[in-house]
Amino acid sequence: MNHALTAENLSIGFAGRQVLEHVTFEVQEGEIFGLLGPSGAGKTTLIKILTGRLFQEDGHARLLGKDTEELGASEYGQIGVMMDDFGLYERMSAYDNLSFYAELYHVPKSRIDDILGRMGLYDARRRAVSKLSKGMRNRLSLARALMNHAKLLFLDEPTSGLDPVTTRDMHAVLTEQKKKGTTIFLTTHNMYEAQSLCDRVALLSGGRIIECGKPADICKKYNYLNRFQITLKNGNVVTLDNNSGSAIPIKEYLEQDAIETIHSTEPTLESVFIELTGKGLHSYE
Amino acid sequence: MNNVAAIFKKQLKDTLKNKTVLIQFLMFPVLTLIMNRSVRIDGMPEHFFVKMFATMYIGMAPLTSIAAIIAEEKEKNTLRVLLMSNVKPYEYLLGIGSYIWAACMLGALVICASSDYNAREALIFMTIMAFGILASLLIGAAVGIFSKTQMMATSITVPVMMIFSFLPMLSMFNSTIAKIAKFVWSEQISRLLEQINTRQFGISSIGIVLINMLVFAALFAAAYQKRGLE
Ligand SMILES: Nc1ncnc2c1ncn2[C@@H]1O[C@H](COP(=O)(O)OP(=O)(O)OP(=O)(O)O)[C@@H](O)[C@H]1O
Ligand SMILES: [Mg+2]
Repeated sequence: MNHALTAENLSIGFAGRQVLEHVTFEVQEGEIFGLLGPSGAGKTTLIKILTGRLFQEDGHARLLGKDTEELGASEYGQIGVMMDDFGLYERMSAYDNLSFYAELYHVPKSRIDDILGRMGLYDARRRAVSKLSKGMRNRLSLARALMNHAKLLFLDEPTSGLDPVTTRDMHAVLTEQKKKGTTIFLTTHNMYEAQSLCDRVALLSGGRIIECGKPADICKKYNYLNRFQITLKNGNVVTLDNNSGSAIPIKEYLEQDAIETIHSTEPTLESVFIELTGKGLHSYE
Repeated sequence: MNNVAAIFKKQLKDTLKNKTVLIQFLMFPVLTLIMNRSVRIDGMPEHFFVKMFATMYIGMAPLTSIAAIIAEEKEKNTLRVLLMSNVKPYEYLLGIGSYIWAACMLGALVICASSDYNAREALIFMTIMAFGILASLLIGAAVGIFSKTQMMATSITVPVMMIFSFLPMLSMFNSTIAKIAKFVWSEQISRLLEQINTRQFGISSIGIVLINMLVFAALFAAAYQKRGLE
């Protein structure tokens, strides 16, 4: 299996503050790779380095086999980028925005309407971007990233601030794109997104990758986090570890007929993250 | 070249909806048309409004619009996305610059058409305007590249443009200002426009304009060196 992206010991700091420290990972061709971390963890910074817009202070990164400090037209022609601030032309219509990129990428104009249709933006195509909702801009930004049949997509928080329906639509588009063989590198602070969409994830905290692998494997590794949550008939909630030590209290509750509900709480990426950092994904670094 | 053309076209579509830039392009040509038709004062120098507004047009329109456009693209990150779509910095600058140059030349043509220059004089007028606009573009691009936001670009362009566009007028009334203004391109452009009637072009005027352009090109290079297009 070839690597679409590799990062080796990447480090960078701003004004004496270390933002990324020895970040190492690789993204295989054709997978959806999620970078999960709270606000300020350095996700956007990492994307900037990987796309050659910012140079690391230490370490190496390669994109489609090329050193990211030496990217040129041929690499940029093969990637699609959707940044967290969209970068759309506000006064121009949705159609004109895509039409401009169609010209830059030498893509036939017929593709614009196809993509607009697929993103559910066809009816809004003549509207100025400034008059589109956040969700529509998001989809337009993704549409632009898809214009050139990119081999490798970078999506910086593609679904942040979107309603669940739009999020599901975006996920469907990304899954479809993956089936066509596109490699996707995305950042998110939504652990459901990471868990349901990504083949592999890396957890970024304090500028370091603290865990990397398949979401299911990561959760399995921290299976000791699995607990029982018991709601008693008197309204109290009791949490017990999932081990033999809990057998006796549970037996007693059962004998007293005191249990209303009983759940096991398997570890999620979020609970693993909190376990590892003491902080949630929605905290700030 | 294809990318330059695409950027040129994009900018055309965008400015048609950008009132502040559009006003820059149209204000002085329209003003010249109106004033030339409606105001006649005895003893008024020949082509008075044409020369005055042409000088102001050169000093303001190219400078402020290119600075505003580049700074806006930086602030809104559209430029960053462009550069990641295999557009090279020089292609971008060439696309935007050639567009504004062409738009301002159209404006200059309107100013020229409102005068009663004959064909030869009109050609000379347009040639002077072509160089004047280019010089203004260079300094405006330097400001745009240096500025991180539109606000910053505006706060630099306003005083710069005031100096360049009003210096020629002020030097008519004040001999001290005239002594300094002599070394400034806009004053020399104004003198060159003056000389269209006399047909005696000062080599020194042309020389000073060219030297000014070299200085602006150096400023532009320095701004680019410092900030790049990010
Ligand atoms: N150009 C810069 N100059 C100074 N500091 C910077 C710069 N870029 C990023 N930083 C700092 O680096 C840290 C990481 O920023 P980054 O934008 O990569 O975070 P993020 O993970 O993308 O956050 P978010 O989820 O909010 O988008 C932040 O503390 C930010 O202030
Ligand atoms: Mg970010």
